[in-house]
Amino acid sequence: MALEPIKQVKGRAVHVPGNDIDTDRITPARYLKVVTFDGLGEALFYDERFNPDGSEKPHPLNDPRFKGASIMLVGANFGCGSSREHSPQAIYRAGFRALIGESFAEIFFGNSTALSMPCVTATRAEIEALAQAVAQDPGLSVTVDVEKLEVRYADKAFPVSLPATAQKALVEGRWDPIADLLEAGDLLEQASARLPKAVLS
Amino acid sequence: MGKSLYEKVWETHALRTLPNGQTQLFIDTHLIHEVTSPQAFGMLRDLGLKVRFPERTFATVDHIVPTHSLLEPFADPQADEMIRQLRKNVQEFGITFFDVSSGLQGIVHVIGPENGITQPGMTIACGDSHTSTHGAFGAIAFGIGTTQVRDVLATQTMAVSKLKVRRINVNGQLRPGVYAKDVILHIIKVLGVNGGIGYAYEYGGEVFDRFSMEERMTVCNMSIEGGARIGYVNPDQTTFDYLKGRPYAPKGAEWDRAVERWKALASDPDAHYDDVVNIRAEDIAPTVTWGINPGQGCAITDRVPDPALYPEAERAGLEEALKHMKLQPGQPIKGVKVDVAFLGSCTNGRLSDFREAAKYLKGRKVAPGVRAIAVPGSQQVAQACEEEGIAEIFRQAGFEWRGAGCSMCLAMNPDKLVGDELCASSSNRNFKGRQGSATGRTILMSPVMVVAAAVTGRVSDAREVFGVGELVGA
Repeated sequence: MALEPIKQVKGRAVHVPGNDIDTDRITPARYLKVVTFDGLGEALFYDERFNPDGSEKPHPLNDPRFKGASIMLVGANFGCGSSREHSPQAIYRAGFRALIGESFAEIFFGNSTALSMPCVTATRAEIEALAQAVAQDPGLSVTVDVEKLEVRYADKAFPVSLPATAQKALVEGRWDPIADLLEAGDLLEQASARLPKAVLS
Repeated sequence: MGKSLYEKVWETHALRTLPNGQTQLFIDTHLIHEVTSPQAFGMLRDLGLKVRFPERTFATVDHIVPTHSLLEPFADPQADEMIRQLRKNVQEFGITFFDVSSGLQGIVHVIGPENGITQPGMTIACGDSHTSTHGAFGAIAFGIGTTQVRDVLATQTMAVSKLKVRRINVNGQLRPGVYAKDVILHIIKVLGVNGGIGYAYEYGGEVFDRFSMEERMTVCNMSIEGGARIGYVNPDQTTFDYLKGRPYAPKGAEWDRAVERWKALASDPDAHYDDVVNIRAEDIAPTVTWGINPGQGCAITDRVPDPALYPEAERAGLEEALKHMKLQPGQPIKGVKVDVAFLGSCTNGRLSDFREAAKYLKGRKVAPGVRAIAVPGSQQVAQACEEEGIAEIFRQAGFEWRGAGCSMCLAMNPDKLVGDELCASSSNRNFKGRQGSATGRTILMSPVMVVAAAVTGRVSDAREVFGVGELVGA
C-alpha cells in the first residue's frame, strides 16, 4: 500500500494555548456516539468554542484571522486522557496537518501519527515566539520539516523533536502500519500457537 | 542484572522489528466495546480483511448503555445504532460478546478480570485508555486508538515502541480511612499528570503486597491519568487466589503449570528500573481533586491553591481550574457544596467498593437536595450486591441503584450533570465537561468519601463523618 510520504507540512498556524488539554475537551464525549468518523471536524473543541445556545465564545479557532490554518501550536501534555481517536480525527478533519507542542500524551501521539499528522515537540520559548509572530501576522507561512526536524517561518528556524520511529514512518510513507504488520504472515499463527489464550473451560 | 516483568513479557511477545524501527508485538487478548470499534470494523471491511484470531477478542457494551432501563430500542437513537452495529460486527466475525442479556455484561475493565480473561503475563489491548487496569494481574495492557483496534483485529499485533520502567514503591501502613483511590491520586499529585509519558509504571512495596486485586485494579486503572499508558503489579498468591476457578482461567493440571509460569514472570529482585520512586504510606491522606485534571488534588484537610503564591508560568492554569470549579483561591476544600454523588466506574465500581461504602452508608440518608446514584461495574457485581443486601442499603439511604455501565463517568448515556452541578465522584477524570455538562464540576475521591459527601451534602472528611481513624492530613 503506497502512502503519501510526509516530508514537510507547510501552511498557516494557529495557537491554542494551555497545558494538559485533554481529549474530552478536544472532542466532547457526546460526539463519540457515532459509528464513523465523518463530520467530526465540527466537534473540534466544541464546548470551548460555543455556548450551549450555539453562539460563539472567544477562541482562536473562531477567530477569522486564523481560519484555514493547518498547523496547530499547543502546550504541554496535549491530548491527555481518553484514547479516543476521534480527537486526532477531528483535528485532521478540521484541516490540520501538523501539531507543534511542548509534549504530547502517548496514545494521542500514536493515533495522530497513524493518520499522517506529525506531532513535533519544541521548547516553550520557541513555540511562544512563533505564536507571537503568528498573532502579528496570521498569514505567516510556517513549515514543519519532518525530514530535517526543524520549523521555519519568516527568516527564523528552530529545532523540533520527533521519535525516530515516527519520523521514519512519516517520511517513508509507512505511517499506517497495517501493510507492514500483515507482512508477518505465518509468524502470526506461530505466535498464536505458542502464547497464552483465555479459553472458557 | 535481572529483568522486570515488563521486559520478560515484551521479549516473549515481540515478533520482529518493523521497517520504521518499532516492534511488532503480539497481543494475547483483545477487548472491544461499542465506542471505539465500529470504525475499526469499517476499516477492516474497506481493506477486505478478516479478524485473524476471533477467539482472542471479547466484546462488551458499556459506555452508551442506559443504566435505568435496558428496554430496546434505546431512547437515544445514536446509542441504539451503536449497540446494533456491535452485534452485527461480533456476529459477522465470530467474536464472543457479553451482551446485555448475558448476565455478564459490564464495563470492559470489570468483566475481563471477573471472568478470568485477564491473566498474568498476557499482553492485552483495548480501545480505551483505562485498559491499564488489567496490569493489576501482571499483564501488560495497552489503551489504543481505533486504527490500532483495526491492527489487532487484522493481525493480533500492533506496532509499538518499548517503554522505560519506573518502579513506584509504597511502603509502610496506610492510615485508617485511606484507600487505593487515595494512593493513586497521591501518586499522580506527586509525579504529575504527564510524569508517566514514556514509562510503564510498576507498583510495589508493602502496601501493594497487602492490597486485594480490586485495590490493585483501582491504582492501575488511573496510571493513564499520570501519563503512563501502562501500569502493573507483579503477580503473587493474591493474584492466583483471585483467578482460581474463574470461567476463563486455566483448570486442573493446566492451572498448576500456569501458576508456575506466572510466578517466573514477576520482576526479578535485582531487576533494572529506569527510575525508582519511593512513597511513604503514612504520607497519604484521603485525597480529593480541586481542579480540572486528576493531578490537581489535595488532602481533604487542605486548602485549594492560591495562584498568587505560585510562579507566574503556573498561574494561568491554576486560575483557569479554580474559575471552572467556582472555588476561591486558598479556600478549604472541605465544606464545598455537592449536588450529585456518583459511585461507580471502571475505577471504583467493583464489589469491594460497594461493600466498603455500604458499611458506612447503612442507616444513613442522602442529604436533601443531593442526587445520588450508585452504578455497579457489571451485572455480576450488581447481582452480588443484591444478594449481600448492599443494593438495599443504598436504596434505603436514598441512592438511585442502577444497572451496570459507565454511567456518569463520561456521560455518553442519559446519566449526566446538568449546568454547573458539582459531583462528588468515584470515577477517574475531572476534566472540564467530562460528566456531560460543559460547566459541570467534578471532584474525584474514594467511594467512602463519596458516601460521606452524599450524606452531608458537602465535600467532607469521611473519617470525621463516620468517626473512623485519626484526623490527620499529610
